[in-house]
Amino acid sequence: MAASTNQDWSCHSTDFEVHRNWLALTHSLPVTKWYYEATSEWTLDYPPLFAWFEFGLSHIAKYFDAQMLVVENLNYASPATVLFQRLSVIITDVIFIYAVRECCKCVREDKEKDLLAKPSFILATLLLWNCGLLIVDHGSVRWKSFSLFRIVALGFIVLSTFAVSFGPFITLGQIPQVLSRLFPFKRGLCHAYWAPNIWALYNIADKVLSVLGVKFKLLDQNKLPKASMTGGLVQEFQHSVLPSVSPLVTLVCTLLSILPVLFRTWRRPNGARGFLRCLVVCALGSFMFGWHVHEKAILLAILPLSLLAVESKDDARTFLILSTTGHFSLFPLIFTAPELPIKIFLMLMFTVFSFTSFKKIFSKSGWLVNSVEAAYLLGLVPLELLCEIVYPLTNWQQTLPFIPLLLTSVYCALGVVYCFIRLYLSVFNASNSKVKAQ
Amino acid sequence: MENWSLVSLCVLVVAAVRWAVSFNSYSGAGKPPLFGDYEAQRHWQEVTYNLPIRDWYFNTTDNDLNYWGLDYPPLTAYHSLLCAHIAKMINPAWVELRTSRGYESASHKLFMRATVLFSDILIYIPAVLLYCFYLIEGSYRRKDLLGSVAFTLALNYKQMELYHSLPFFCYLLGRCIKQGLTGKGLLLLVKISLAVLVTFALCWLPFLSDPQQILQVLHRLFPVDRGLFEDKVANTWCSLNVLIKIKSLLSRDTQLLLSFAMTLLFNLPSSIKLLIKPNLWQFKLALVNSSLAFFLFSFQVHEKSILLPALPVCLLINELPLMAIWFLAASTFSMLPLLLKDGLLLPYVVTSLAFVYFSVYFHSALKTSEDQLRLGQCHKLTQYCFSKHTISLLIKCTFGASLCVMAGLSFASVAVDPPAKLPDLFPVLVSVFSFLQFLALLLYFNLVQLTELTSKKSQKKTK
Repeated sequence: MAASTNQDWSCHSTDFEVHRNWLALTHSLPVTKWYYEATSEWTLDYPPLFAWFEFGLSHIAKYFDAQMLVVENLNYASPATVLFQRLSVIITDVIFIYAVRECCKCVREDKEKDLLAKPSFILATLLLWNCGLLIVDHGSVRWKSFSLFRIVALGFIVLSTFAVSFGPFITLGQIPQVLSRLFPFKRGLCHAYWAPNIWALYNIADKVLSVLGVKFKLLDQNKLPKASMTGGLVQEFQHSVLPSVSPLVTLVCTLLSILPVLFRTWRRPNGARGFLRCLVVCALGSFMFGWHVHEKAILLAILPLSLLAVESKDDARTFLILSTTGHFSLFPLIFTAPELPIKIFLMLMFTVFSFTSFKKIFSKSGWLVNSVEAAYLLGLVPLELLCEIVYPLTNWQQTLPFIPLLLTSVYCALGVVYCFIRLYLSVFNASNSKVKAQ
Repeated sequence: MENWSLVSLCVLVVAAVRWAVSFNSYSGAGKPPLFGDYEAQRHWQEVTYNLPIRDWYFNTTDNDLNYWGLDYPPLTAYHSLLCAHIAKMINPAWVELRTSRGYESASHKLFMRATVLFSDILIYIPAVLLYCFYLIEGSYRRKDLLGSVAFTLALNYKQMELYHSLPFFCYLLGRCIKQGLTGKGLLLLVKISLAVLVTFALCWLPFLSDPQQILQVLHRLFPVDRGLFEDKVANTWCSLNVLIKIKSLLSRDTQLLLSFAMTLLFNLPSSIKLLIKPNLWQFKLALVNSSLAFFLFSFQVHEKSILLPALPVCLLINELPLMAIWFLAASTFSMLPLLLKDGLLLPYVVTSLAFVYFSVYFHSALKTSEDQLRLGQCHKLTQYCFSKHTISLLIKCTFGASLCVMAGLSFASVAVDPPAKLPDLFPVLVSVFSFLQFLALLLYFNLVQLTELTSKKSQKKTK
């Protein structure tokens, strides 16, 4: 059902063209050229399995409208093409729904009569109505999350999947090219809109320091790099006070951030729950410290975290904060006026639902979030009003158009960092308490 | 706390669905010279903003009544005026006299959709919530005055509310009679009539100075010169037209008289019953019966008028789940040709499927027992012919079969080319099939209302 509501949105985004292009190039070109083709600016930059998936889809697509499979037909969007793309999303959604059903079977079942208080129902709703997924409406994200669940059950398949999907490219000796497409280090530290991670905080700290430095005459205005921030257009952000960050640094930071958890899980594997917790921390760690992270990557942490949240109050608290801030940080991705009500309605729906249902499961023990956290979450409301309604009416919209984006990502980054720390601590606490319980 | 969050969840879902559906195309988009209902709404804003009130309903050099002239009661006109003032602030070109005709742009569509959503959020949704709260509290009996004022306002917004007027009249009169026309009842009657008259007067205030004005407005509201029925509406006259060409056989006056007589005839039983027994359950049933009778038999009915019976049917969904769902599904289906014309196939399919799925899921509607049919004394009669089990099975099968037929006809209208001799084959089939369902349901709802035991109190199941 979640899928069917999607299709009422008759606007198509750039993602629509991206997928059309990938369909076209996997269909009409030999495998050897997939990762070299560059007619469209939306080159293939997903792993081979996704390319194979598009290849398979394209063989169905030719029955809808063969014209969409011509690489040169940029921005081609006939009704049949639109229909096909939507149907393909819905079909993949069915797979996702199946995965969710399997997940829900793992959750312990109370003899609760009330549907709204059933953990499995809540989990299903949290996963299926995840407003981030609905907002981003991006087949690939679903695909990835689906693969995540599969890994839980069938770890060994991973290797064979890798072998099968990468195989042709290994034999062709194209691995460097594939990797350069998958991990575009040329693109800069942060995505166009800063994802709410450590580097957003780092950037803003740099900016504040440089402004302060100029004000107190510690820095020379002329020596600072010019036009270091002009909205979402400049890909490379040049730091003026703090040292610049290289890809290697982010790699090291990411590895350092997840190593303790990996080590812990290796030494003391704590069943499926422990693994899941480790998975969430790793996803969030990569999100926090990664190079050129896209905002939607936060969903890779939120989705598995909802599995944990229905089972413990402490995780539910983290989940509420992380999902609310994480989903809010996706707002800048949907920026046209007609979609504004939709994203707000969906976000409110999801938030109200998750708060109510978690309150119902864990209602015995008081409030779910403390007053500081509640104040922080409520602060999102004035922030949204400021960014979407008040700010566009002021003159600054023309001169400093990036301020709302910057405010959003910095504000959300605080919440995400807080959740990351809470999760990190929970890895060690949870495994201790589990050991005691056993 | 829990109730509040449930209520807000429902409201959010409803608002989100409305907004998502409104992304689709609208009636008459990009079809000059007349465009469609969207242009009518925009044109009313233009007219009310630029012309003095005395010219609104008259054909003048600035007001061409043949081009979407104002044909709704004054409240709609005031609403258009209010919207026009906002539109003027955003973009004056939207309501410029004459030059704005057929204005279309993405931002204007957004504006028009927003006015609808705002009206829904301000009026329709609070009204539904109020209804639910009064129902839970059981305090609806004390709201006669509020109710009659609200209904008068509704009537002054859209004359089609007349479909609902008989039950309102009978219910209130019946309550007065019950309290004794010599004492308390008389006082209530005076209060209600005063409230109604004052509300009417306030709505019509700018037009009261001149009898000419009042007559002209009334003439605009009830255009008898448009003919017995339009297009392919699923009512008696249009369906009958397949067999007998009434339109050419009878004169206009005879048609008018015939339709009036039939409407009255089908309204009488339920109205009299309500007058004798004015309670909420009877009132809801009478609303359905009256508006459905109006839809099926009255003069000059538009396809979308089926929404007027559909609204009170929604109120019956707790007591008669299966029949209410059936009716609502059929009513959307009956508008299929209209929806196809406006390019709304996808939202039609999605929302209908979602509706049937959710209502069947939540109400477990297919568990039809005889009690749930609420046929009252009638069930003794049916018991002679069938066992309990057979009758519920029979009804379920009919429901399933008609759903299949509706799905099949929907598919055929979209995918199959009609034979060259009969280009209107599918619209006619759609309307005739819908008509048959409506007629059956009208008889059923009348049966429920009339056979209800006088002593048995209606049990209200709340979710």
